[in-house]
Amino acid sequence: MSTSTRARISLRTLALAYLLLVVLIPISMIAYRTFEPGFGAFWASITTPAAISALQLTVLILAIVVPLNAVFGVALALALVRGHFPGKRWVHAVIDLPFALSPVVVGVSLVLLWGAHGWFGGLDSMGIHVIYALPGMVLATIFVTLPFVTREVEPVLREIGSEQEQAAATLGASAGQTFRKITLPAIRWGLTYGVVLTVARALGEFGAVSVVSLGFAGQTQTLTLLVNTRYSADHNISGAYAAATLLMLVALAVLALLTVVDRKRRTL
Amino acid sequence: MAATATSPAGAGTEPASDLRDTWSPEVPGSRTAAVGGNGSRGRGVGLGGLGMGLASLWLSLIVLLPLAALFFSSLGGGPAAFWAAITNRAALGALQVTLLVSVVVTLVNAVFGVLIAWVLVRDDFVGKAVVNALIDLPFALPTIVTSIVLLSLYGPASPIHLQLNATRPALVIALLFVTLPFVVRAVQPVLLELDREVEEAAASLGASSPTAFRRIILPTLAPAVLSGAGLAFTRAIGEYGSVVLFGGGIRHKTEVASQYIQKQIEADSPRDAAAVSVALLVIAFVVLATLRFVAARTGDSEQ
Repeated sequence: MSTSTRARISLRTLALAYLLLVVLIPISMIAYRTFEPGFGAFWASITTPAAISALQLTVLILAIVVPLNAVFGVALALALVRGHFPGKRWVHAVIDLPFALSPVVVGVSLVLLWGAHGWFGGLDSMGIHVIYALPGMVLATIFVTLPFVTREVEPVLREIGSEQEQAAATLGASAGQTFRKITLPAIRWGLTYGVVLTVARALGEFGAVSVVSLGFAGQTQTLTLLVNTRYSADHNISGAYAAATLLMLVALAVLALLTVVDRKRRTL
Repeated sequence: MAATATSPAGAGTEPASDLRDTWSPEVPGSRTAAVGGNGSRGRGVGLGGLGMGLASLWLSLIVLLPLAALFFSSLGGGPAAFWAAITNRAALGALQVTLLVSVVVTLVNAVFGVLIAWVLVRDDFVGKAVVNALIDLPFALPTIVTSIVLLSLYGPASPIHLQLNATRPALVIALLFVTLPFVVRAVQPVLLELDREVEEAAASLGASSPTAFRRIILPTLAPAVLSGAGLAFTRAIGEYGSVVLFGGGIRHKTEVASQYIQKQIEADSPRDAAAVSVALLVIAFVVLATLRFVAARTGDSEQ
């Protein structure tokens, strides 16, 4: 028994040492280096005009992307679970596609479709700018977060089946009523989980957005682009640390929220 | 997702969230089984024809059309131009660096992912729930933040006097960070379900722990490890944010494919960017398909 105990302890030590080295020490170090000059410096750094407008742009993109992906995500989940149509497997594959793509590739494909020399380049010459403007950044963010809601809602829909909905329909409820009173309450935690994942990813998206945005401060610079610009262009290292730490704190909050939502949906 | 389906009540170590950035590491076949589960024609709330049309229009506009534009542009100059775009020295160098680093990262993940999953499922210690939650942090953290986090430790003015930025080890470190959850989260549910009696029987018959692990546990875990490793690999070859600042992007040394693609867009040669993008996509799909095939084979031979 003593050898197996020793083996267990050494495996535990090895696993924890790996996590310490790969994750814990790095994230502690950035927190330390951010707050080393004091909280005031951190606060000043994340409330500069550029930082505030980056925050505003990020929130604006979230406000557009999240509702759209929530609505279409639920619609696609309904189509996949309840619909019977040819090519369903393909739809499944397409929904998963954004996860298998490099974010930079997503950005490039948007440039090739919506850019001045792309398929829809006519829009650009008409003065409707998509690439290097807000619409492109929104499209990029929708693309990379497309699967989250569908993939969280789909298994719940499958699990609950359609008996209750059919009963409601038999009793004379309209499709809208049935959805509001029966379906939506059943999927609400799955939907919430998917929405939180969407928010987290949308907030942190960098690769795809960086291809379709020039990242001008006060115009097309999101929080992640601000972090990049501060470090690489402005050589404002402490400013980059501060903005990165702000995003990290949000990520930790998201993680905590996900744990809570996950517990909710498991107990229901 | 897969994790939801396999969560024994009361287990304190179930994968808490699936903030996975890519395909869920479900064991091949489980999704198709689920699809067959609700075969009744009875409808609940469905989408009418209009809803279905809108949903497919949405999917086409957001995903399919951009990708179609990507493929057509990559071949816009003819096959020879496509081939030249992916085989010129710089592009090939970036692809080689990407593949080399990604293979290393995938192998490390396969080993340490299983180890961590094992410890989280079979071991018990104070703070295990926190460690379990920590696994998902790399998924929640914006990738550009990962670059900065690693620079604060290994960058210029490194507090531990270990400056690694703009080296290949830096690429490996960054990618190990972002791919940490894949194998762990793929293996954890399988380990939770693994029948302990079989192991105990093996032990009582005199099999030593390593032998039991190799002969009994490892074959059972293999499909999950392969699928998790496949996801880690796909993520690694496409990764951009975490390596863009920390990796330095030095041509032939630390410039990865996604960085090369980004530079082509900046240099206004979108066709070259498209060609290397397509190459990256093809590599990802070939690797995923191969791993799924192998996983399905090993899964079959188990039964």
